[in-house]
Amino acid sequence: MSAESSPKIVIVDESPIRAAILQEGLREAGFTGVVHISEMQSLLAQIFALDPDVILIDLENPSRDVLEQMFQVSRAVRRPIAMFVDQSDAASIQASVEAGVSAYIVDGLKKERIKPILDLCISRFNAFAKLQDELDRTKSALEDRKVIDRAKGILMKAKGLTEEEAYVLLRSTAMREKKKISEIAQSILTASEMLK
Amino acid sequence: MSTPLRIGFIPLVDAAALIVAVDKGFAKAEGLDITLVREVSWSNVRDKLNIGLFDAAHLLAPVAIASSLGLGHIKVPIAAPFNLGLNGNAITVSPALHAAIMAEIDGDRFDPMATAGALARVVAKRKKAGAEPLTFGMTFPFSTHNYQLRFWMAAGGVDPDEDVRLVVLPPPYMVESLAGGQVDAFCVGAPWNSVAVDLGVGHILHFVSDILVRAAEKVLAVRQNWSEKNPEVLAALIRAAGRAAEFIEQPENRGEAAKILSHPERIRVDAEVIRRTLDGRLKISPDGTMRESGRYLLVGREGAERPQPVQAAWLYAQMVRWGQTAYSAEALKTAMGVFRPDLYDAALGRGGRPAEATDAIGAFAGPPFNPGDIAGHLAAFAIRHRKA
Repeated sequence: MSAESSPKIVIVDESPIRAAILQEGLREAGFTGVVHISEMQSLLAQIFALDPDVILIDLENPSRDVLEQMFQVSRAVRRPIAMFVDQSDAASIQASVEAGVSAYIVDGLKKERIKPILDLCISRFNAFAKLQDELDRTKSALEDRKVIDRAKGILMKAKGLTEEEAYVLLRSTAMREKKKISEIAQSILTASEMLK
Repeated sequence: MSTPLRIGFIPLVDAAALIVAVDKGFAKAEGLDITLVREVSWSNVRDKLNIGLFDAAHLLAPVAIASSLGLGHIKVPIAAPFNLGLNGNAITVSPALHAAIMAEIDGDRFDPMATAGALARVVAKRKKAGAEPLTFGMTFPFSTHNYQLRFWMAAGGVDPDEDVRLVVLPPPYMVESLAGGQVDAFCVGAPWNSVAVDLGVGHILHFVSDILVRAAEKVLAVRQNWSEKNPEVLAALIRAAGRAAEFIEQPENRGEAAKILSHPERIRVDAEVIRRTLDGRLKISPDGTMRESGRYLLVGREGAERPQPVQAAWLYAQMVRWGQTAYSAEALKTAMGVFRPDLYDAALGRGGRPAEATDAIGAFAGPPFNPGDIAGHLAAFAIRHRKA
C-alpha cells in the first residue's frame, strides 16, 4: 500500500512558481511521489486517475468546492476522502487556512504521516507569500525612487537647487505635512504636469 | 466607536442585502464597520467562518446545517438569524438538451412534472443508444441547487445517482463548461443562468420556484457561540441587513441597488443583468424570449428574510433522502435550531412573519412536507438513497 511507503501527493495550484517551491520542499523532505495539477478542467477525473493519498490545494482556487464532492459517498469515487484536520486539530486548520493552503487525505492514512507534510506546506506557503510581499515592496520602492528622482529634478530646475538641497526640501516638507516623501514627490509631479 | 466586522461573501445576486447594507451605509448607521471579503469557494467561506477569520458570512443554507451537524467537515454550531434570499436559482440546459426535452415533452414547458418526464425519456433513449449519461453541474454537495435538481429529476423517474452524473462546478466555470460540452445542464444562482443565455449557449428551463415555492437559499450565518457573546452586534447586523432588504425590494431603488452590486469589488457583473434578476424578469432563451416571475428571487418581501425552521427541516430531509447522513430525531432538532427566527424578531421587533401555511415549502411533487414525520414523508418518494 502506497500509504506505507512514500504517500502520493497531488498539488492543485494555478501558480506554477508556488507549486514548484512546494514540490521541491516535499522532495527534499523525502516525499518523492509529488504531482502538480494546474489544469482545472475535469479536475476530478485527473485526481481519480492519479489516485493520490494526499491532495493539497491553494485557497484562492475556486475548484476547492469540486474536491468537497469527494466526501460524498458516490459510485464515481473509488475511495472516500476526508479532510486531514479533524475536530482535535483546530490549530492546524487555522494555520493552514491563514497560510492559504488546504489539505485533503484519503481515509486510512495515518495522522502522524500527514502532519509533517502539512507543516511543510504551511511554511512554504508562508515563505512564498513573504517573497511575493517583498517583491511587491521592492517594486513599489523602485517606483518611489523614480518619482523622487523626477521631483528632485523639477525642484532643481525650478528653484536652482542642488540635488542635496532639493532632497532636503522634499524631506522637510514631508515631515511638516506628515506625509511620505514619495507622496510629496508625486504631488510635485502632478502639479508640474498641470502647469505645463 | 464602531464595531469592526469581517464578513465573507460569494459574488452572487443573493448577497444583495449584505452588500447594500454596507455600501449604502445602513451598517454604519448601526455602528458597524464592516469589511466585506469576496471569496472564491463555499469551502473557504465555511472554513473562515468556522475558525473565526470571519465574524459572519453569506452562506448556503444547507452548509449552515451541515456545519452544525459536523457533516463533510468539522462540527461548528451555526446560527442563521436572517435569510438573505429565498429561491433565485435556475436550471439551464444546453441547446441540444433543450431541443431533446422539448421533442419529448407532454404538457406545459414550465410544468416541472412535464419536463422531468421528458428528461426521463431522453435519458432512457440515450441509455438504449449507448450514449454517455447526461452531466449536470451544481455548486456544492450541501446546496439547494443539488437538492432542487435531484428533487425535480427524481419526480420524473430519473435517479440522480444512477441515471445521470451530478458534478460540483464553481459558479464562474458553469457557463464555459456548458459551452464546452463538459456539462449538459446546470443549476446555479444569478447571474450565471442569464450569462449563459446572453452568450447563446443555454436555455433557462426552470426557475427553481417552479420546483419549490419557497426554498431557503442563502443565510446570514454566524457561529452560535459568537451570537451568544455578541448579541447586540448581531442585532445591529440583522437590522442593517433588514433595512437593506427593504430598500432593495422598493422598485424605485432597484436601479441604484443593481449599480451598487455590479461594482468590481462586489458581484462584478453588468448592472442590467442584476436588475433583471432582482425584478424576476429573465431572458430564458437566446432568441430573446423573456419570462417574468414574482417568485424568482425573494430578498425581503413576503417575509422572506425571516428564517423558518421548517425550511431547515426540509433541507435536512434532503440530506437524509440522498444518503448524506442517516436520520436521527436529535439531528433534525439541531438542524431546525440553526434557523433563528427568535433572533430575527428580537432584533427587528417586527411582526413581519408570513401566515405559515400548512406546507411552507410548496414542492411540485409528493405530499406536503411534514417535519414531524420525515421518514414517512420520504417513504412517499420512489427514488431515494437513504443511508442504512
